[in-house]
Amino acid sequence: MTSPASTDSVPPQLSAGPRPALGPAADEGLARRLRALACTAPLHDLDARKANLAGEYSVYGMAEVALAAIDLVTLNMDFDTGADHDQIVARLIPRIAAQAPHRSVVEHERVARWVLENLINVGSVDRGFRAVYGTFASDGTYVRRDYDFKLIEEVPGPGGTVYLRTTDEAVNVLVGALDTDVTSAQIAAEVKLEVLISRGRLADAQLAAEQARYRTVQYSETLRRALDATRRNVRAVDWLQTVPDMIAEALDHVADRYRHENAILTNIRKARDESEDPEHKRRAAELVDIVKDCIRRHTQLQSRLLEAGPLFRAEQDRQAFATPMTTSGVDLYGHLVAPVLPLPVERAVRVTDAFFGRGTGLRTPVSVRVGDLVDILLTPPVEREHLGAEMPEPDLIATPDDSRFSEEQLAAAMELLDLPADAPRRLSGLLAQARRSDPDLPYLVALLAVHAASPAVGTAYRQGEEKLLFAVDDGTELDDPEFGGADLIVGTALLDAAGMAADRTEAA
Amino acid sequence: MSEHVEWSEPEAAAPSTSAAVTPADAADAARLVAFGLQPKLQPARDQEYTELLRRYREDPPFARLADAVAAGLGLVVLEVSPRAGMAVTAAEDSVFAVRMGDYARRTSADSGDRFLHGLAHLAVAALAFPRPEDLADDGYIGRVSVNGVDAFVRQACRRLEERAEEQGENTDPASDAPGLEAAWRIWARRTATGATKDARRLAGSTTGIVGKAVAFLTDSGFLQRTGDDNGGTYRTTARYQLQVRDMAGSAAMAELLELGVVPVTDGTATLLPPEESDDLDLVADAGLPFHSA
Repeated sequence: MTSPASTDSVPPQLSAGPRPALGPAADEGLARRLRALACTAPLHDLDARKANLAGEYSVYGMAEVALAAIDLVTLNMDFDTGADHDQIVARLIPRIAAQAPHRSVVEHERVARWVLENLINVGSVDRGFRAVYGTFASDGTYVRRDYDFKLIEEVPGPGGTVYLRTTDEAVNVLVGALDTDVTSAQIAAEVKLEVLISRGRLADAQLAAEQARYRTVQYSETLRRALDATRRNVRAVDWLQTVPDMIAEALDHVADRYRHENAILTNIRKARDESEDPEHKRRAAELVDIVKDCIRRHTQLQSRLLEAGPLFRAEQDRQAFATPMTTSGVDLYGHLVAPVLPLPVERAVRVTDAFFGRGTGLRTPVSVRVGDLVDILLTPPVEREHLGAEMPEPDLIATPDDSRFSEEQLAAAMELLDLPADAPRRLSGLLAQARRSDPDLPYLVALLAVHAASPAVGTAYRQGEEKLLFAVDDGTELDDPEFGGADLIVGTALLDAAGMAADRTEAA
Repeated sequence: MSEHVEWSEPEAAAPSTSAAVTPADAADAARLVAFGLQPKLQPARDQEYTELLRRYREDPPFARLADAVAAGLGLVVLEVSPRAGMAVTAAEDSVFAVRMGDYARRTSADSGDRFLHGLAHLAVAALAFPRPEDLADDGYIGRVSVNGVDAFVRQACRRLEERAEEQGENTDPASDAPGLEAAWRIWARRTATGATKDARRLAGSTTGIVGKAVAFLTDSGFLQRTGDDNGGTYRTTARYQLQVRDMAGSAAMAELLELGVVPVTDGTATLLPPEESDDLDLVADAGLPFHSA
């Protein structure tokens, strides 16, 4: 433990001989299972603690919300950053609302935020969890140990933003395959998927496809870390073999998965188009989306891999072909950072203290004179001019109001057209009702109804409207003294504002 | 410390030949030291400073006088040159020295926090001068970013974690002996960042700790802020190189040797991974300044 980490060469895992057993062999497996069990504790804890919240929250299934949150974060984790906090909250709300439909949206959002903050464990300085378990050491003594883990961690994104990522622990708890190899688990999941589809069992197939996607995300996460490390590090890399091999391997892997998933995609599309059962059709369509997402992630991975080569060459040029310098002094990483990190903290702190004491430079001590102090204390605070310079009063000219309809008429028409979502009306009835209050109003109502025949769905989607006026022609003739044409059915469609908001942020 | 001796050697046409030191000379020498106490002041920007620096180099008795003033104040002269100015730093127990307890309040009670702050400073230096050549080359300017430093330490921690796993070690610390916890775990388990109500950096997170370190070093005239990417990007100054090379590095090395740890390297290549490495995760030795994604 005290030897420098950088220089002692460790035999790789594959070629390692039989290593000495650490205490009873079963104990190691027990410790692993205890740690796995500990990862689920925060979820149980949520349900146990909901009773302590101010308010009646026992109706909510907190563990269910928490698992859904981990699912959402995992699926929204992108190659570069992570999932957006608000987006996760917005997507959680429909599930929470389904648990207690009569409660207010504000409360649903509070529940979503409470669950998410508890999964991050905002209260602790590490923002993580700690579980205590006991093992027998190699000499037979019983040792209690601390196991620290995180479920959702916050990572810095571009521009100082904070993103969420699920940790390996969380993904393992979620997928339920503890301690398994990423690659083989992915292959297994995909083989399972193919078999399921060929037997036409789509319900199971969807489950398997989702598992395959979790694995895909986890796999690209592993590769992202590897690429990040290589990007920082040219001199330590075997450019002759290791790196090209690694890239070739990864590209092969992407090509393989791509072929595989395209085959699956063709199969499911066929299943989707041939299936008679609407439920099967729907499931197959969902499956198509999932596999498409997998392919998208692989493509992203591939473009990263292709960028790696030129980056290496550029950095190699910069470093390897520079004029050799006489080296002297300390190799800060090799001589200090690497040997210090494995030390016990009470010893390591002596080294970092020494570095801090000599490495921070100097500070000139502040000395205060009483005379100055009085002045400082009696000086009134300076008014900050945060409003900027005064704007000149704009010279406005009133334009004549030449509108065909007045504001009141518009309000009356909108009120008339403010129909409940479950009760659309005929245009003829609306016109008759409008005529009773104002002879001009039917023109405005007719105009709005005709507009609604081609509703601005795109605009409503972008602006996050909650409902939208629409009109449909079912072939009935309009019987009206002033207007001719079709007797449109006018109604209001409710839109899923939260879902659309989440979609928009994802697309952006 | 040896630099001014070098300059004073070809001394032939020294203007002042009188051996007697006048009060005016003492005032000038003290004034030069006072300039040195303002680390962010650029010598080229101040004519008087430039003039005094020239006199230090051309007038050996004056140089000795300035050195004596500095020593009397509890300062160590690192270098006197046009690029670094009068580069002085605090000697141990000097009134100018920075104490960890003043630097960050929690550190006096919590040895974990104390370690994190110290390691942040060490890691900033390691990433700013990744190779021994960079530390030796006077013309080298290092570049660091806050997120880069954090990612680099985390990478090193992950490497140790994987190595421990390969060897079947259980690195979870015993509950009743927190001081024996491996140092890397302290950093690894602390959150990298965190959302706060006022959109500032979470002070206790590792990026918060690194951010504090670079801000402090900037105030010491050791770093200059160059941009806001990656949590803030900085470049090194000549003074920082001197400070790390001549003071901090050797002091930390001495402490490490006292702990009985002898780092063995051949002095040329910084960090090469074990030859028969069969995994993809490479050592984050910072062969270069950190690059953004």
